[in-house]
Amino acid sequence: MSSVDTGSSADAPATDVTEPVDELRAGLLASFEHELGDAVTGSFLRPGVDLWIRVDAGAWRTAADVARRKFGLTFFDFLSAVDWMPSPFGRYEDAEVDTPLAEKLNQPYELQTGAAGGETRFQMLARVADVRSRRVGVTLKSDVPDSMRIPSWVPVYAGAEWHERETWEMFGITFEGHPGLRHIYLPSDFEGHPLRKDFPLLARVVKPWPGIVDVEPMPGEEAGDEDAEAEGGDAG
Amino acid sequence: MTAVSDRQRLQYIAAQAADARVNVELETEGMTLNIGPQHPATHGTLRIVVRLDGEQVVSADPVMGYMHRGYEKLVEARTYPQVTTLINRIDWLSSFCNEVPFILAAEQLMEVEAPPRAQWIRTALFELGRIANIGLFLGELGLQLGALTAAFYAFRDREFVLNQIEAVTGGRFHPNFDRIGGLKDDLPKGWIDETKHVMQRIREFCDEMDDLLVGNEIFEARTRGIGVIPAEVGLSYGLSGANIRASGVDWDIRRDDPRLPLPYRDLDWKVWTHPDGDSFARYWVRLQEVREATRIVDQLLDGLPGGPIMAKVPRIIKVPEGEAYIATENPLGEMGYYVISKGDLGPFRVKIRTASFNNISVLPWVLRGVYVPDVITILGTLYFILGDIDR
Repeated sequence: MSSVDTGSSADAPATDVTEPVDELRAGLLASFEHELGDAVTGSFLRPGVDLWIRVDAGAWRTAADVARRKFGLTFFDFLSAVDWMPSPFGRYEDAEVDTPLAEKLNQPYELQTGAAGGETRFQMLARVADVRSRRVGVTLKSDVPDSMRIPSWVPVYAGAEWHERETWEMFGITFEGHPGLRHIYLPSDFEGHPLRKDFPLLARVVKPWPGIVDVEPMPGEEAGDEDAEAEGGDAG
Repeated sequence: MTAVSDRQRLQYIAAQAADARVNVELETEGMTLNIGPQHPATHGTLRIVVRLDGEQVVSADPVMGYMHRGYEKLVEARTYPQVTTLINRIDWLSSFCNEVPFILAAEQLMEVEAPPRAQWIRTALFELGRIANIGLFLGELGLQLGALTAAFYAFRDREFVLNQIEAVTGGRFHPNFDRIGGLKDDLPKGWIDETKHVMQRIREFCDEMDDLLVGNEIFEARTRGIGVIPAEVGLSYGLSGANIRASGVDWDIRRDDPRLPLPYRDLDWKVWTHPDGDSFARYWVRLQEVREATRIVDQLLDGLPGGPIMAKVPRIIKVPEGEAYIATENPLGEMGYYVISKGDLGPFRVKIRTASFNNISVLPWVLRGVYVPDVITILGTLYFILGDIDR
């Protein structure tokens, strides 16, 4: 999963030869690769749509730095993280309210990551853009090592400060060089990291969701009918 | 970068001086003032802890979270059609605008495109949301600065816009009207003519605000040169929308993002910018933005294509595996959804990029060295909705 243009089980149609080559984003990708060298561990380009670049955790701040100072991506869009662990609670659809949480946790799982690939459970996700001349944005990713520490972006993009506080609070990722990692939304004595997949959505655990009926097949359709997608729906 | 006025330079010097004082005098001579959580300028419950040195702010620390509802976690347990109900509550003054980028992101992943008529009506409702939202701002800023009249006019005329939104969607504040592949319903009879009357009324309202506030000496004294944000600083904090256009950055997603399927590029309208970057510029840009929005709505209604309002989509919506980020130019600025799908009934992860969160993150920087009454001006003109910060 380390070569360029890996990635991704995303849905770019490989057969579409009429799609034009996206020179703008391809050029941006080439300049990132030139500047960062081996630190670019993966990338994915959907022509005319978007560009994803995955960099090594050690080069996380360097990537931001060259993006801002060399490539003119001066606009800080957002910074967050993804927990790629499949939720042990599924989508909270089962009504087994008596199953102890501990039984659901700590089960082995298979890691499936998205665009530009990934090797770790937690992945940084950030987006920067050039809004003045080329008007193009790029999504940067980075695998978070097991130490759960990654360099902070605050020295590069001042706006990253609050985003990193939120990411620290929600995922438990520590940002080295951040001026003050404090809780931003939650009470200061809150324990746990709510956006991790193994943090249960307690409201759904203590009481099954009554709206469960919405996701059952409609009358006349067979349960689990995967071909339902191909048919036209009741558009009216 | 734009030219720096004398006042800006003085303010910068004052900020530097305030910085210097923090180390030696703050502990003994400073004063801590709580602004909020309940304050008219906070549009919800934002609390700002400011440390003062006399009348001057030495440092400001916004405290959020009084309205954190955890939408990013909640949507992981919902199906795609259920998500719009939640995200309606993010920016509650223009709820329909919250739905559009999420629906567009889901449509991009599904490779579904809504029919033209749906896109045009979507855009019209989007712009009506903008008028309802920013129209209120235009009056409310007057309220925050002590001119009560303007606020009443704003509430009066916003009502007509909300009536039009209600006539189509059935909801004044939370329409929940956008669907993957199109819209829930078509327009009701007689709506187009009535909306055009309302647009005329809004243009008159804008002229009223122009007369009441923009020419007003007190208003100008309270806003000109207050809270100057240079373009480079604004960009590094991720300011968007009218806040960054008021700093001279000519950027509007409606015009500049060719990936959006909305018909903005077929219409004749203008993106206004202002070089000053101060509170007055932010007000002025928003005033022009409402005027342009009325023009956009008029043109949309004139050129409304016929045809269906719903594309063929399966009854049970499963979004194929993939990742998409779609942002639109919402009244408060750039709002986007980074949607990660694993081919399930609901999203695997949604990162909600709201405008106000980034817009407000510049507060500690911009409030340094200003005087206490200007804090209110700056809060007012940065213009945020608390639901848009806390999500």
